[in-house]
Amino acid sequence: MKHLLSTQDLSLSNAIRILDTAEEMSAVGEREVKKLPALRGRTVVNLFFEDSTRTRISFEAAAKRLSADVINFAAKGSSVSKGESLKDTAQTLSAMGADAVVIRHWASGAPHRLAATDWIDAGVINAGDGTHEHPTQALLDAFTMRRHWARLAGTPSEGTDLKGLRVAIVGDVLHSRVARSNVWLLRTLGAEVTLVAPPTLLPVGVEQWPCSVSYDLDQTLANGVDAVMMLRVQGERMNASFFPSTREYSRRWGFDDNRLRALDDLGMTDTIIMHPGPMNRGLEISAAAADSPRSTVLAQVRNGVSVRMAALYLLLSGDSREPAATRAPAYTAPPIKESI
Amino acid sequence: MTSVTSAPVPARVVLSQADIDRALTRIAHEILEANKGSRDLVLLGIPRRGYPLALRLADKIAAADATVDAAAIVGQLDVTMFRDDLSHQGTRPPYPTKLPRTGIDNKVVVLIDDVLYSGRTIRAALDALVDLGRPRIVRLAVLIDRGHRELPIRADHVGKNLPTSSAEKVRVRLEETDTPEGGTPVNEVVIEGGA
Amino acid sequence: MTTTGTYLIKGASILGGEASDVLVRDGIIAEIGHGLADGGATVIDATGLVALPGMVDVHTHLREPGREDAETVETGTRAAALGGYTAVHAMANSTPVADTAGVVEQVYTLGRAAGWVDVRPVGAVTVGLAGEQLAELGAMADSRARVRMFSDDGICVHDPVLMRRALEYVKAFDGVVAQHAQEPRLTAGAQMNEGDVSAVLGLTGWPAVAEESIIARDVLLAQHVGSRLHVCHVSTAGSVEIIRWAKERGIDVTAEVTPHHLLLTDDLVRSYDPVFKVNPPLRTDADVQALRAGLADGTIDVVGTDHAPHPSEHKECEWAQAAMGMTGLETALSVVQHAMIETGLMTWADFARVTSTAAAKIGRLTDQGRPIEAGEPANLILVDPAARWTVDPFKMATMGRNSPFKGRELPGKVVATFFKGHPTVLDGALNTPHPEAAATPSGAA
Repeated sequence: MKHLLSTQDLSLSNAIRILDTAEEMSAVGEREVKKLPALRGRTVVNLFFEDSTRTRISFEAAAKRLSADVINFAAKGSSVSKGESLKDTAQTLSAMGADAVVIRHWASGAPHRLAATDWIDAGVINAGDGTHEHPTQALLDAFTMRRHWARLAGTPSEGTDLKGLRVAIVGDVLHSRVARSNVWLLRTLGAEVTLVAPPTLLPVGVEQWPCSVSYDLDQTLANGVDAVMMLRVQGERMNASFFPSTREYSRRWGFDDNRLRALDDLGMTDTIIMHPGPMNRGLEISAAAADSPRSTVLAQVRNGVSVRMAALYLLLSGDSREPAATRAPAYTAPPIKESI
Repeated sequence: MTSVTSAPVPARVVLSQADIDRALTRIAHEILEANKGSRDLVLLGIPRRGYPLALRLADKIAAADATVDAAAIVGQLDVTMFRDDLSHQGTRPPYPTKLPRTGIDNKVVVLIDDVLYSGRTIRAALDALVDLGRPRIVRLAVLIDRGHRELPIRADHVGKNLPTSSAEKVRVRLEETDTPEGGTPVNEVVIEGGA
Repeated sequence: MTTTGTYLIKGASILGGEASDVLVRDGIIAEIGHGLADGGATVIDATGLVALPGMVDVHTHLREPGREDAETVETGTRAAALGGYTAVHAMANSTPVADTAGVVEQVYTLGRAAGWVDVRPVGAVTVGLAGEQLAELGAMADSRARVRMFSDDGICVHDPVLMRRALEYVKAFDGVVAQHAQEPRLTAGAQMNEGDVSAVLGLTGWPAVAEESIIARDVLLAQHVGSRLHVCHVSTAGSVEIIRWAKERGIDVTAEVTPHHLLLTDDLVRSYDPVFKVNPPLRTDADVQALRAGLADGTIDVVGTDHAPHPSEHKECEWAQAAMGMTGLETALSVVQHAMIETGLMTWADFARVTSTAAAKIGRLTDQGRPIEAGEPANLILVDPAARWTVDPFKMATMGRNSPFKGRELPGKVVATFFKGHPTVLDGALNTPHPEAAATPSGAA
């Protein structure tokens, strides 16, 4: 693994390898010495073109627990906001000897550009790009679900997948990189995914995705679900007519107290409620739901560090002398799509 | 990591199943003797093959000393993250580290591995151990010592000293780790290749 | 007339038909026949080559004035000559915008001074392309540039009243409004075709309906006011259907398709390489097939390159930051041969129609797109259809390195281009500009 750009091209064996490695990393977090020497002397750059304190400190903690040197490069207030291009920034980091770049960018595909060009030779981890993907978030979600699923089955989670797990992903799928990464990864791991959203917040083309789609949250819950993942809704979507009002949105698609009670009434005692954070309490999730024992919000944060340690370790511990030809997915002309 | 290759390489068996068993029985008694009994004894196997060897040794110690609960003194110590060749070898996923309930503080820890070669694995194991606690004594037991040390490390207990050339490969095959799916269990040490 | 010398082209297959000799003298095709005597003419062995009328591009961005770092009239027209063109229509979105007689005359004069092809400026429909007020269309039509095509290309004339007025007004001088069909509200922030691929890539979609709804409106407007409409770079199957319907009803509409829309699909965007970012965006395979069928059956009249060079920093960046557009002048012939002729959808005679004859008619160019016959102006090209070459943007004459065909092997090579009787291209390489150019003062008129 040279880069982690997307969950779409992650094989089942690689996904399970990351999750299993994360299990070992999480054991380190419970020790007195919460540090491993694995990445000593390696430099990890957190390159953030978009504010996200949570994701940045999660990656920072992960890199530091592996003894890597961490450089934080926030694009706001730097030369980037003065018009320096991604290319120049990447070349600068390359000259500084970065071994891995953790990039968060508002533009979909920016991490792919870093990985595919010769601007920088470092491993690239996508820490969220535009409305495209957020692979480590999906991995930490899957890690959280897998622990839950294994516990219910009474088996250790190492080596297992999510076969049979029913997951509902609820909210603004259209603009959600978390939803996209989760759909691909959960499908790879064998879970059954249902997207629940107002039709305006589902992308054209969603019918090709490996999941089912519903406009009705109550029906989805009644059909039986093991994990409900609530997506953050931006209030400004209302102004763009994606939905009439926040009130109407939370009535139809929010996880409110009534729906929390409904889980109990339906006898779904083991169903968990997930949220990638930060939450809009009272909009897509009620305070009672967020704070209920079903909520895995804090476990997700905790697991985030373990999963990111695993990703950094697996990316940086490979053979650095591997011939260049087999590494970067350098862009070559794809076969022309045409018919004769 | 040892792997089973399909290419036909000249191989000779240097330890049979019975030889391995005899060597482990002897090491078990040596450990008890060096420790003057089973008090504070913890056996930590280094993945992959050190761990099943540690389990076998614990059974033999328990057989010799009725006060010993074999399962309670065995653990696994993963050294992957402490290796000095992480950026040169292919990616190695870590194995779980499992310590006995008693922990390792003030214990007599015996590290168990299959083959002692450069000594670098044991160096990594000593570093890993430091992060987990403070044993009173650390000893080392290996099934095979093939020489060619690159660090000042030696084993306290050795199943067999095996002079080899660097070009040769020493393969330890244990039924716990090397039984092919649906195949017959095998326990042997072979030398492959060389001049 | 400046003398341009005498050339005897021997054994060229005219429009892919019978091999003949063509004698070019003083800018005119003097004679066509077999075994013509050279009589002191420069002899060009054209065995195995196809003779075609010089290509006419209805849609070129030459960038000058204003963005000479991207392209100049000189470099753009060199690229055109190498690509087999003898005339190009220079789009109006320069800086300043070509919305006055002064600017169109400047571009026209620069083209004359360069001497590689006829440069026909396109006038802006609205002042500053702002979509608010009609530009002085009549003044541009009456200028030395004799503008007949008007377009806000890059931006849609989306106000229906303004579009109606423009269509009506250009009737006064037999002009045509070339519409960039893109409903702006439906394409706010659009990055690529809206569909299966955009859903996965998380890029804001540019829905087909945003093009089709404008075309539908415009053909009805053209019918209502009895005017002439040209639709730029048609990119969807639905647009082809609407234009077919309009033509059946006798509406005076013409349409253009780009080479890249005849070959490439939005699957390429998965690389996030901005070289594939273009407006209108690359569509689906079904659209490509419909566009080919539409071009073959005459629903779509012409191939227009939408040649849009950009400096490299506008493409070496994130997808969302990148400029839209692709170069096309030097690959158009090859791509059309590959997509239309090698697929059996068209003949070389059809090729001449869609790249030359029909294009000249739309732009009202009287001495371009003429038949290859004695007495006609000698705007013609010799093409080696058996040649194959690998596209290397760094070996092109255009300053733009943004060719989406980079690294592909394509068929067909322009061996010679005769522009008003003078070989601007010989042996596949630039020769010299037309001798008239030397007599033309450069700079603005």
